[in-house]
Order: sequence, then C-alpha cells, then structure tokens
Amino acid sequence: MKAVVVTNLSKVYGKEKTRAVHDVSFSVEKGELFGLIGPDGAGKTSIFRMLTTLLLPDNGTATVDGFDVVKDYRQIRNTVGYMPGKFSLYQDLTVEENLNFFASVFGTSIQENYHLIKDIYIQLEKFKDRRAGKLSGGMKQKLALCCALIHKPTVLFLDEPTTGVDPVSRKEFWEMLKRLKTEGITIVVSTPYMDEASMCDRIALIQMGKIMSIDTPENIVAAYPVPLYAVKADNMFLLLKNLGAYEKTIYSYAYGEYAHASFRNVSDEAEPVKFLNESGLREIEIYQTTPTIEDCFIKLLKN
Amino acid sequence: METVIKTENLTKRFGDFIAANEISFEVYKGEIFGFLGANGAGKTTAMRMLCGLSIPSSGKATIAGYDIYRQTELIKKNIGYMSQKFSLYDDLTILENIQFFGGIYGLSNKQIKDKSESLIEQLGLHQEAKKLVVSLPLGWKQKLSFSVAVLHEPKIVFLDEPTGGVDPVTRRQFWDLIYEAANRGVTIFVTTHYMDEAEYCNRISIMVDGKIEALDTPSHLKKTFAATSMDEVFYQLARGAKRGD
Amino acid sequence: MKQFIIFLRKEFAHVLRDRKTLLILFGMPITQILIFGFALTNEVKNSKIVVVDNAKDVASHKIISRIEASRYFEIEEAMLNANQIEESFQQGLIRMAVVFPANFNHDLVHQNKGQVQIIADASDPNTATTLTNYVSAIIQDYQAEMDKVNAIPYRIEPQVRMLYNPQLKGVHNFVPGVIALVLMLVCVMMTAVSIVREKETGTMEILLVSPFKPMMVMISKAIPYLILSLINVTSILLLSVFVLKVPVNGSILLLFAESTLFIITCLTLGIFISVKTNSQQVAMLISLMGMMLPTILFSGFMFPIENMPKALQIFSNIVPSKWFYIIVKSIMIKGVGFSEIWKETVILIGMTIFLLGLSLKNFKIRLA
Repeated sequence: MKAVVVTNLSKVYGKEKTRAVHDVSFSVEKGELFGLIGPDGAGKTSIFRMLTTLLLPDNGTATVDGFDVVKDYRQIRNTVGYMPGKFSLYQDLTVEENLNFFASVFGTSIQENYHLIKDIYIQLEKFKDRRAGKLSGGMKQKLALCCALIHKPTVLFLDEPTTGVDPVSRKEFWEMLKRLKTEGITIVVSTPYMDEASMCDRIALIQMGKIMSIDTPENIVAAYPVPLYAVKADNMFLLLKNLGAYEKTIYSYAYGEYAHASFRNVSDEAEPVKFLNESGLREIEIYQTTPTIEDCFIKLLKN
Repeated sequence: METVIKTENLTKRFGDFIAANEISFEVYKGEIFGFLGANGAGKTTAMRMLCGLSIPSSGKATIAGYDIYRQTELIKKNIGYMSQKFSLYDDLTILENIQFFGGIYGLSNKQIKDKSESLIEQLGLHQEAKKLVVSLPLGWKQKLSFSVAVLHEPKIVFLDEPTGGVDPVTRRQFWDLIYEAANRGVTIFVTTHYMDEAEYCNRISIMVDGKIEALDTPSHLKKTFAATSMDEVFYQLARGAKRGD
Repeated sequence: MKQFIIFLRKEFAHVLRDRKTLLILFGMPITQILIFGFALTNEVKNSKIVVVDNAKDVASHKIISRIEASRYFEIEEAMLNANQIEESFQQGLIRMAVVFPANFNHDLVHQNKGQVQIIADASDPNTATTLTNYVSAIIQDYQAEMDKVNAIPYRIEPQVRMLYNPQLKGVHNFVPGVIALVLMLVCVMMTAVSIVREKETGTMEILLVSPFKPMMVMISKAIPYLILSLINVTSILLLSVFVLKVPVNGSILLLFAESTLFIITCLTLGIFISVKTNSQQVAMLISLMGMMLPTILFSGFMFPIENMPKALQIFSNIVPSKWFYIIVKSIMIKGVGFSEIWKETVILIGMTIFLLGLSLKNFKIRLA
C-alpha cells in the first residue's frame, strides 16, 4: 500500500473561483521523502491541508495510509504528523511544555518516542525552559519538527519548513529529515527553494496549482532537452542584455555569478562567443554545465 | 568613487546583549551591496540603524551624507525601503498604492501622475492598475513594491529579503529591476537567503554573531575561503555561529 | 483524562503568564465599583431641591429648617404650582421637590395626620432614592420628636412620587450591574479571544490534525476564566459590602450559585463567538459591541427598561444579563430566596443550553 495517493485533486477558493489546486495527481511510497517544489501561491499549502483533512477537496480523491481524507479523517488525524508553514506552537509556553503538551494530545509521552527526536532535541535541550517565542528561527523550526514527530507519525507533512531560515539551519534541517527517513517515516515536504529539491527521493514541480513534472531529481535533470551553457563576461548586465538579443538563444538568464543559456542550431560554444565578442564583451568564459532543478523549473515556466 | 554609506564601529546593545558589534564598512554609489548573515546575526538591527529607525549605542555612521544620530529625518527622505513582510497595502489598488507612497515622499501631483503612468507601463500592468493589490501574484507584488520604493529617486534603497518564496523566473525579473536601478546610480542594499542572489551583488558582507566576518566581492570571497560557491563560503562562516535570534 | 489535565495546565499557563491582561481583569472590577460608588455620592451632594410650602405654619417651618440644616441639599423656597415643578424637572433645574399642603399643621393637630409630597427625578434612580430616603428620614425624625411631646402620636405620611421611573428599578443597582458587566467582559470576550487566538496563530491547525476532541479545547479554555470570574465576583461583593456599605440581604450561597450559572452562560456565548469568527479583532469587537452595549443598555442597570419603547422592551428579554441582573438584585437588595427567582434561573439555563447547542452545531472540524 502506498503512503499517499492523490487522484485528480482540485480546490477552488472564493467567489472568483480562484483555482488553487488543479487536477493534481501523485503518489508517495512508504518511507519515501517526497518534495513539492514551487513558489509561494503555487498551491502547495492547499494540497497539504487537503491531505491533512483540514480542507475538503472540490474534486478528486486522496488517501493517506489508505484512509480517505474526507470519510476517514479521524483515522488520519490519529496517525499523521503535520507542521504548518507558519510557526504554530505556543509562544508563551516553554520548549519542554510545548513538547509535553503535544505528546499528551496524541496520548503519548516524550519518553516513549524519545529516540525519534533525540538528535534534534539534544540541540534544544539547553533552551528547554525558554519560551518558544524567544527562540531563533532555526530553533523554532526544530522544536516544531519535534512536536510533529513526538507521536511517531506514519506520514509526516512538512509545509515549507525552511522558509525564512538561513542556509546553515536549512542544511541541518535536511540532514535531520534524511535521518528520519531511516526510521521508516514517510515524509512529504514542500519548499520554494529549488536547491533543496536534490535532497528528496522524488519531487513534483508545481506552479499555479498544476504539477508540471514528477520524477526523481536526477531524472528531471537528465530530461533537460538541450545543452546548457554557463557564461561569464566582464559586464554581467551587458552580457544578459546581449544574450537576450542573440537570435540563436532559446533561454538565457542570470544564475549566480554566471549566466545560463541554451542555444539552437549551434554545434559548439564558439559561435555564441564570437557574437558576444562582437558585441563588445570581454573576458568571456563559457562551458557546458549540468542543469539544476532551478534550470528545469525555469524551462517549464517559460514553456 | 562616491561613498553613500559609511559606518565606523557602529554598535547596538540591548542590555547585556550586543546585537551589532563595531560594524565598519563603506558602500559606494550605484553599488549592489549584499548584506548576509544567519538568523539572529544582527542584520535586522544593523539595517534599522542605517534606515534611521534605531539610534546606535555607539559608533559613527553617515547615510547619503547625513548623520544617523542627528539627521534621521533627512535620511528617511533620501532612502527607499522594502521588505518581504510589509510592502504595499493589500486593500488599495495598484494605482492608489503608487499615489499614496508618492504622496508621503512629497512628490507633486504631476510627478505622481507621470511616475505612475511610466511605472505601470514599465511593469506591463495596464490591465491590473485598478485592481486591488491583494489579487496580484506574489512575484508581481514584489516587483511593484520595489518600483514604489524607488519612486522618489532615493539615493539608497534597502531591500529586506525581497524575493523570498518568489518563483525563479520572477526572481530574475526582480533582479533585472535592481540592475536597472543600480545603473541609474541608485545604491542597493539587499539581504537575502538565496545564495545565488548573493552572487549578483557587487560586494557582499557576511555577519556572524553581531560582527561582520567577511566583506568582499563574491569571487574574492570564494578564493579566500577556497570554496566553489557562495553557499560554501556562507556555511564555513556561519557554521560556528553561537547565537540565534 | 490525562490529556484534559495537561490541556488545562496549558490554559492556566497562558492566562497566568499574560500579566498585563491579568492585572486588567482583576483591577477592572475594583475600579469600576469604586468609580460607580463614589461618583454616586458626589451626585447626591449639592443636589438642588425646591420646597413649596403651601402651609407656612409651625410644623412646615420646622421640617424645612431641618432639611436646610442638612449638608446634602441646596435648598430653595418657591411657590410653584404643579406645572412649574414639572417644568423645572424637565429643564433639569431641580432634582427633588418637597410640597407641603395648606393646613399641614392644622391637619396634624386635629387629625393627628399630615401629608408631605416628595417628588423626585427618578430618571437617575440612585440619586432619587437617596434623596427621598434622606428627606423621609428627616420627617420621621421630626415626627418622633413630636411624639414625645404629644399624647396622641402624629402621623406624617410622606407621599413619595418618583417621576419618570416610578418603580425605581435600580436601587443600589450599580453593584449587580457591575457584576454583570465584568462577568460579560471576562467570560465572553476573554474566552472568545483566547480560542480565536489559537486559530490566528495556527495552533488550531495542529490541534485539528490530532486526535484531540475540539470541544475539549473549548471547555478547557473556559475553566480558567470561570475561576477568575468567581474571584472577581467575590472581590466585588467584598468591596460593595465593606467599602460602599451595600448589604447582601439574601443568601450568599445562592448568589454564588446564580453567578456561576451566569458565568457559564457567558462562557458559552464566548465559545459561540469564537466558533463564528477567525480573528481576535473581530471577536473582541463583537464581544464589546454585541455584548457589553446590550448589557449596559438593556439590563436595566443604567436605563430603566419600563421607559423604553415596546420593541426594545421585548428585545431586552434576549439579553442574558437582564435576567442575571434581576436575580442579583433580588438576592442582594430584596433578600429573596430561590422561589422568587426560579423563573429567571430557568431562562438563563435555557439560554446556556441553546448557545452550547448552537456552538456545537457550528463548530468546524476543518479550516474552511
């Protein structure tokens, strides 16, 4: 049995019938780390809320652990763990009180499942008498994860757990998720940071309520249809301008210190270099690069 | 090169806690300056002092030539500010937002009219000009609020995580706007959690535990720390951070 | 059960850690009682009264000079007819009129019986009663004195007429009124706000995705405020008995039992508001505008209901505080037992059950 099965799920909001989620289907294997990757407003939160039985779908069905999200909502609420996008713990309770509280809400105790949260909680332990509202962003995130884990959920839903968190804390957070995976917990996670996609077993790229692509990160990258070049020159602003104006350019955009570009009907990089040289750019550096998930996402958006 | 931001040993204490510890740096006209740091490193505190919202405990600083102790009102007139959290009024239309912010910066009616026309033209928002801001997608909202922040032609614009959660295409369009403004001579002071965006900056500083631990061009920093990406540089520096916010 | 206890513990932590709110909640009833209490005595002092002496005889002169000697009144003697008195009242020039009929002394001496008319502006019922009681006491004093001298006792009958509010709803009414107000505020508003806060901060989202029963959330939210309110009732009663000298004539136990009932009514009202709203601001506004105002307007505490248009009189019946106000007044001031207030009690119980049912029916097990 699959951990999560989503079939043609749709959700519309309000009088204007804004389509938040449109005909979305995917499934998640037991023990998998599945990522929903997309910007704010893509529909990630709506999908999470439907899967955690907080919202009723307007169309389609979904099951979690084999339970229907509409009919069997009670069973789902007993077994899943959920961490909403916004920090949602009691700010005026201490770290320990929060954890204790959520443990007893699920009829368990900290001791019972301590092994699950041990690695994370150790970092929080020295702050255990501090109020949750006084923790740093990264610490809050860790505490929220502990609270969502304390009842040993079968499926863990994490809605944008790393938004607004600095890169170091983000890295640590993903390492924690990898460790949890070894405990056999299925994890469904969403993020707007494309660079986090590679940490997932499989990902769905989502935009405007629609899934554009589902596969392993490697396969998505491998499916990139054309060679992609990284280009650098003495003036980035002019480089981007000229790449955009070049008739053989398919896509071109800034990517860190380089510009990424793909070209049609060119056998090698010599041709675009010649063009850029003629446009007055100097110190041109160009090489073929492996696309990232971000490159793939941009390609899908531009199609 | 004209210096528009200059700080010397700028410090802010909250009781025993030193949020910003003897920060010294300079930012030049037309520069895109990346201001990075882990959560709680003191970025927000430093930025508030620079915007004239918070008086430093000690140290010196001038913003656009004005003293940050005595001339905060003049500073506010000469800077623009935009953050991820608050930027525009959701319940006003795009046009009304432009008029409002133009108005509070003292633009004349004629200026406001011309500016809003050219701005709507530039962003391609003809269809949406009379719509409420709340109905705009996040990326559009952020682009619009940047344009509003530079409406009064400030010397410096402060951007606090302007692109959080924005899709990669719109994020780049946002940076196009930044580049254009910098080309016009506006100095950009920006914080971000996207390390690829750090690469777009002319120079960046990285704050750790209230101090500026590194300040250089992205390529120099990578060389200094023997790193292949800014991500690595940041990780090396911030890993040892002791405190959170 | 263990779950419930830990939930309750969390609620107490929320309430006790918010020191500022706690201070307001405990300070408010005390200040209200003191303000109402002292504002009232100031009203009575320097009250303008007019004396119409149609008798101009020994007895009337004696009584008038006694009234004049009192430090409470600014007295004026004038020969006014009934219409003129009425006019003075309407213009707010005077608060009370004392009218001696012609032949006052003559009646006393020959019939051993005289009448004095005391007319008071009872639109401010507190002042009116205080004033009339005072004058009646002066007259009785005089009577008692004369009794020592005369063989057959005189009977002077002060004919008290309350203008505008004849049944004098609102004798010492501010104490029951403040109790109703404070309970309304603490129970309705605080409960509603504290539940809605969980929605706003997103913790309700997590609680919904858990096996915990939502109704338990609400019950455990209500309990700290129940206790808090009982403390408030106690402090109000202590203040009114010992500082303002307003006695509790009936059974204290009954008073507390009825207060508890009203607190529960208010709590269910708060729960109902929280079920229907999603932001603390809205919850607060509804509690203030929708609950506080009707309590002030329609409980009979400030404004006599009898003088309102029929439609408003009917409307006042759905305001729970009206019934509670009647109950408290009956116990405190009239000193009656349960047999006299069972009807009001039943109405409050009915309202509570109705609101609870409505909240349960409207409770959302999902976000939208």
